[in-house]
Amino acid sequence: MAKTATPLRVMLAKVGLDGHDRGVKIVARWLRDAGMDVIYTGLHRTPEQVVEAAVQEDVDVLGVSLLSGAHMSIFPRLVDLLAAYEDLDVVLLAGGVIPDEDVDALKGMGVDGVLGQDSTPEEIVGTVRQLAGERHARAYG
Amino acid sequence: MTAHPHPGATDRHDLDRIAADLVSWEADELAAFLARRPEQRDDYRTASGIPLERVYTPVDVAGTGWADVGLPGRYPYTRGPYPTMYRGRPWTMRQIAGYGRPEETNQRFRYLMEQGQTGLSVDFDMPTLMGYDSDDPMSVGEVGREGVAVDTLADMEALFDGIDLENISVSMTINPSAWILLAMYVAAAEKRGLDLTKLSGTIQNDILKEYIAQKEWIYPIEPSIRIVRDTITYSAEHLPRYNPVNVSGYHISEAGANAVQEAAFTMAAARTYIRSVVDSGMAVDRFAPRLSYYFVAQSDFFEEVAKFRAVRRCYARMLAEEFGASQPESMRMRFHTQTAAASLTKAQPLNNIVRTTLQALSGVLGGTQSLHTNGLDEAYAIPSELAMKVALRTQQIIAEETNVTSVIDPLAGSYYVENLTTEIENRIRDYLDQVEDMGGMVAAIEQGWFQREIADNAFEQAQRKASGDKTVVGVNKYVDASEDHTVETHKIDPESEARQIRHLKQIKADRDQEAVERALAELRRAAADPDTNLMYPTVDAVKAHASMGEIVNTLKEVLGTYRETPVF
Repeated sequence: MAKTATPLRVMLAKVGLDGHDRGVKIVARWLRDAGMDVIYTGLHRTPEQVVEAAVQEDVDVLGVSLLSGAHMSIFPRLVDLLAAYEDLDVVLLAGGVIPDEDVDALKGMGVDGVLGQDSTPEEIVGTVRQLAGERHARAYG
Repeated sequence: MTAHPHPGATDRHDLDRIAADLVSWEADELAAFLARRPEQRDDYRTASGIPLERVYTPVDVAGTGWADVGLPGRYPYTRGPYPTMYRGRPWTMRQIAGYGRPEETNQRFRYLMEQGQTGLSVDFDMPTLMGYDSDDPMSVGEVGREGVAVDTLADMEALFDGIDLENISVSMTINPSAWILLAMYVAAAEKRGLDLTKLSGTIQNDILKEYIAQKEWIYPIEPSIRIVRDTITYSAEHLPRYNPVNVSGYHISEAGANAVQEAAFTMAAARTYIRSVVDSGMAVDRFAPRLSYYFVAQSDFFEEVAKFRAVRRCYARMLAEEFGASQPESMRMRFHTQTAAASLTKAQPLNNIVRTTLQALSGVLGGTQSLHTNGLDEAYAIPSELAMKVALRTQQIIAEETNVTSVIDPLAGSYYVENLTTEIENRIRDYLDQVEDMGGMVAAIEQGWFQREIADNAFEQAQRKASGDKTVVGVNKYVDASEDHTVETHKIDPESEARQIRHLKQIKADRDQEAVERALAELRRAAADPDTNLMYPTVDAVKAHASMGEIVNTLKEVLGTYRETPVF
């Protein structure tokens, strides 16, 4: 049970060439203010770099922000890379500009949650806690 | 002699009488009224946090003299860069466009020109903006998505096929790879036998705001400033009607800065570029007339109008006092305005037309030279044809139905607007002094100072929106849970990326490979000497059909690359 007593570890990442980092930095502060350990990768990372960093940092949640429209190309890659680590169970969240019609497709391919531009801090913190809690229940029964 | 006061308050005696009136009004009418009905807030401020009085009087403009306001087309240009403004010619209606392959964007340009648009503006896709070829692994999923893909000279030629480049101005929104696009534009024009001295247009080419706001970069800061310098001096020699840099506050604002920060940080960047060119030995009046600027029009209406007036005055004074400019063309600031994309909402998208209209009007009352109005579907995707048409019609209605264009700088003399203009100018100067104290803009970027200023303001705004202190109609107030969000959006052709990659491979297969190698070797030699102008070997390289990615990567070997330490 030690795991629940320590703060949630969250990695926030920007993948690809998209330089819009206003939102991800605000989310980083909100999660930090809610008591979580937040690691932000910085811009222009590849899916490989992000997944490797998430594994090394032993994070509970990986949030990837995309405002470039490339989410339908990048998330399948992230899901595949994460699946290669058999013992790993990281919550994968998508954020940024994600059209409604793509949300179900992302969830269908293994993205655990999608948070849009107008999400409130309560929604964001609540979603992260809830999905991390479900993951914990899966892992520790 | 005391500074000649503002019209309306001609001497000290008048001001004393007005101040006494205000005191008696507060004691009589105001106090009784407040006792019955308190005001809705304790504290009124502009969006950038400047405290506001409930009413302004001549006392508030006593420090702003006629010499600070003056006449349009005359120093300090507070009222506009030209003596006739929109009476002579309305602002240029310049809607940005770009997607897919160059042939597709060419079609959109022709459509916009048929609809009465008067200037072209190109949006490039992320790989082109960052200097990657379409077939680079970093480009996957982004080719032609947010703008048009350009890899080689052939793409540039296709982009402007059939468009008369001697008679329409073309603006290109591109930054770290801007000099390559300029080289391609010059090469395409030369191939068509056009007169370079007739080409008019603008490349954004403002690398400094990339490090602090938009975050598109390739090389470290100093070599990047050198590239901007090279484009400025090259254009002064060969492209007398072309603006080689568009120093931009827009992205600083979109990244979260307020109006004062936007204006001040843009001035800091302008000062850095001007110093760099002057240090290379070119006289300020030789190049300053072609420097151009770009600001946002945000939602705080009067603050935006005052910002535009303040920044023009501040700029004229900087050019005259610090750089010793003597030509009017060097001191008068010309700028493009875009309405605020980040203010537009996904909820109730038709509301975005209204937001955009009001923002556009502040740009017009602020005296902009050109204007882009955002599409109502901004929060969904790049604009559909319908959204672009409504946005363009918004400008045409302001220009041709409202009569606001008949009188220049119509808000001049408003106690409020003049007070706010002076206040903003003073705050811009305070910021500029702070940057100098840190050792200049490059040092302040390296310390993460600008980045922290912007992130802090962005966070404060997000907090205000989340708490409801800042109203966003349809999002945190007047929410309509039952509404249908769907708008018809622009769809990207999924085959476009593959076609662009095939096209690039074909170009590479057909060209003279030895000529490319020679051109890239020459580029490498030129890059190693910071005093050599990179534009000339770049024009040669694009003519040999070297791709953008090849040019960029060749110079990475010499100039290195930039990596940010993120601040949040």
